[in-house]
Amino acid sequence: MIITGLLLLQAEKDFPDWGDTSSPANSYRLSQHYITQTLHETTVPNMVTAVLADYRGYDTMFETVVIFTAGIAIIGILSVIGTGGNREQFEPKLSEKKPDLIIDTTCRLIIPIIQVFALYVVAHGHHSPGGGFQGGVIFGASFILLALARNLQTAQAWVPENRILNLAGIGIFIYAGFGVAALFLGGNFLDYGVLTKILPGGVEDARSHSMLGVEIGVAFTVTAIMFSIYSSLASNGTMKEGI
Amino acid sequence: MTEQAPVLILLFPFLTAIVVALVGIRIKTVCWPLVLLSLAGSVWASLVTLVRVIESGTISYKLGGWDPPMGIEFRIDGLNALVAVTVTIVALLVAIYSRDGVISENKNKVSQYYTLFLLLIAGLLGMVITGDAFNLYVLLEISALTSYALLAMGNIRATLASYKYLIMGTIGASFYLLGVGYLYMKTGSLNMVDIHEQLIVNHLDGSSTILVGFILITVGVWIKMAFFPLHAWLPNAYAYAPTTSSAIMGPLVTKVMIYVMIRMVLTVFGPVYAFEVLNWDNIIVWLAVIGIVAGSIGALAQKDLRKMLTFLIIAEVGYMVGGVWLADETGMVGSIFHIISDAFMTLCVFLFAGIIYTKTGRRDINAVDGLFKKMPLTMIGFLVGAFSLIGIPPTAGFFSKWYLIQGGINSGNWEYVVALLFSSLVNAVLFFRIIEIAHFGAKPVEGHDAHHGDDHAKISEGSFTQVFPLLATAAIILGLGIFNKEIVSIIQDFVSQFNLVAGI
Amino acid sequence: MELLEGIADRFNYWIYVILMMIGLFAMISKNNLIKKLIGMSIFQTAIILFYVSISYKEGATIPILYHDQVHGAHHEEASVTETAAHHDAEQVAHEASADVHAEASDHAEHAASSDHDDHAVSHEDHGSLEIDPDLFVNPLPHVLMLTAIVVGVATLGVGLAITQKLYGEFGTLEESEILEQIKSAK
Repeated sequence: MIITGLLLLQAEKDFPDWGDTSSPANSYRLSQHYITQTLHETTVPNMVTAVLADYRGYDTMFETVVIFTAGIAIIGILSVIGTGGNREQFEPKLSEKKPDLIIDTTCRLIIPIIQVFALYVVAHGHHSPGGGFQGGVIFGASFILLALARNLQTAQAWVPENRILNLAGIGIFIYAGFGVAALFLGGNFLDYGVLTKILPGGVEDARSHSMLGVEIGVAFTVTAIMFSIYSSLASNGTMKEGI
Repeated sequence: MTEQAPVLILLFPFLTAIVVALVGIRIKTVCWPLVLLSLAGSVWASLVTLVRVIESGTISYKLGGWDPPMGIEFRIDGLNALVAVTVTIVALLVAIYSRDGVISENKNKVSQYYTLFLLLIAGLLGMVITGDAFNLYVLLEISALTSYALLAMGNIRATLASYKYLIMGTIGASFYLLGVGYLYMKTGSLNMVDIHEQLIVNHLDGSSTILVGFILITVGVWIKMAFFPLHAWLPNAYAYAPTTSSAIMGPLVTKVMIYVMIRMVLTVFGPVYAFEVLNWDNIIVWLAVIGIVAGSIGALAQKDLRKMLTFLIIAEVGYMVGGVWLADETGMVGSIFHIISDAFMTLCVFLFAGIIYTKTGRRDINAVDGLFKKMPLTMIGFLVGAFSLIGIPPTAGFFSKWYLIQGGINSGNWEYVVALLFSSLVNAVLFFRIIEIAHFGAKPVEGHDAHHGDDHAKISEGSFTQVFPLLATAAIILGLGIFNKEIVSIIQDFVSQFNLVAGI
Repeated sequence: MELLEGIADRFNYWIYVILMMIGLFAMISKNNLIKKLIGMSIFQTAIILFYVSISYKEGATIPILYHDQVHGAHHEEASVTETAAHHDAEQVAHEASADVHAEASDHAEHAASSDHDDHAVSHEDHGSLEIDPDLFVNPLPHVLMLTAIVVGVATLGVGLAITQKLYGEFGTLEESEILEQIKSAK
């Protein structure tokens, strides 16, 4: 309670020196550079993606790792595979229902569209809002939708439980792979510029291609983990039944 | 290759973590060797980096080849390099130790456990070597997430404590994030050195946004390091966790947070701002003093061995925060040296507690009953750690306390000196109590004695993988103490550039 | 009056502060575990909104370059690195390509805009475009917040997993009841 009080106080202190809604700190050379130089240095029009995947690509790699960690952590906390059940006295009631006709049909129509849209979002991250995370979440959501509409086992027939983590790991390896490849070719970690030796096009194009590759890796990981988190949570660790 | 050593420090555990996650699920036995290999690689890389820093000064490694502040860079100077070496060595030792613990406590989740373990180390290392404020937040969250999970995988009381830790930790990290946001808003940059330059160039000393940013960052980091009065999550969290978890987190997480605080105070805000403009040093030192006293008294009251040790951590954190805010060069040096020595001391005692728990199945202090005869090696290791915590030469603990006390005297903060001496006394009482029980046996009721005799016959020395790290740690503590001049000179090179004036 | 003006100018910040306080209050003082997590979510969302609001500039648009600026750049780079003849050949090739309509109109636009001395795109010597930064919102906080959102989701996930495990063990989601159970079990 003392803490909350202290914080309310802090809130009041926020008075002076808060710029109004137009560019005080934005005039600093950092964002200027991003806005003006992105196209020239990376041939990618979407500045957010360029900053995310290239200038601050190291951050994004760890962001992907955060998601991966969450997936592993949830499995680690909840999983009861192999511990021989019998742990909970208060298992939430999981019921078995026949899939409802309306939901079923709707899902059959929508899920492929959602997935294609997800792929579009990933691929067009360079030119419109989008990118790996966004596309990955949408793709993962399509699987979750399937699991909600039918049941968890059907969804898992599509995305087998033990393969999910493989996909996630591959995603991160793709990302790190780009970085390590740069190491081997003589540059610093994640320096896409030196990848021109193995990718077609000039330095800037190499950056653009690498960004796409990296975003794909991110999308893999996010998709896999989204579904994995859902399976773990929905089935309380048993991975057999779902909601 | 050594050019790339800074990145390799981090890449080894990071990439291996993914491999362990994927492969280890099928083939459990491959986890442990992989972990050891990768951490050994990290130790090598961090030592190489340390040598480079000593020879050629601060290293700046640009990620993605972009110049800062456009891109993210690693800035490694004397402080970083030492802390990085400490983290990697501690991690390697705990990894060696972990085999028995993990197998007995978490046998079905070995691969997840090790993945999280490696990711925790990668996160901590990343925090230590980065030069970018936002990057630090991302890595902070990685280490936080992994630690929540590592704690929650223990018995159920640990899970509840982990939940509390999650809430408090998220508050802390979010405060940090908010503080960085305030800084960004006024300076426009995220790179630590750059922020500092902008603060000076734009004369932002009087800005209340920067002030609030400083408060937010500091409080956020305090929450995560369990600085009194924000320490409530620590004892329960570490006491009930799996032994390996507490062994890896106890020594490291809080110390790395203290490093972050030092980095913020010295590099980002600058000692001029932090100490002179703000003029809060005395208040904070008083808080530290209360923390030291509270931690020590709390430890006295505990019967559970590990809980007692966690209270000692709180007291140690008090030492270090107080040492920093003495605003004195010797005090700062002492604090930094204490980060290193305390990491090893805490590791030593936590390893000891873990061995006791694994071997005797008991958590209370009396579990060490008569163990001097049964487990002599373990007890010797423990003795070194205990002496170091009390502050007996030639262990490292003595020297770090020496510097801290000198700093306290120089700056006139006598309350700090008194608190240090008081807690040393309390530590002595605590540990001699344990040593007494271990040597002479607890004072049992007659019938009880016979019963215990049977139990004791079964207790033997800990296994090699458990005892070796303990003894290695003890050796390191002694080594740090004997060779402290060299290490302190590195620290002093780093600190002297800030021209901290003794006295407030 | 000045105070009110000051508040009105920065009303968005006040809203975020209020949101943060709500979230923080929920995290600390609510008894139910799930409510605490929701509070955490609110708190983090408020911080995210705060960051995004830093990046806003009046009258600016999202940080993605316009189609004509992009193609203008491509043509720029092409024209300065190659000879004029080659450049003409390229233009012809472009016009003859399959999506001739888009390209033709693009060319027309490009030509027109260059005539009008549009200060969003101007012809420079070595292919570096003049892009006016005031037209675009600052992209950096957006990037930072992508990361923060992801981190928030991950933390929420782990928190929910812990909560589920606690529920499985204790059968209740109220923190006080859990503590009672632990005490009585001792």
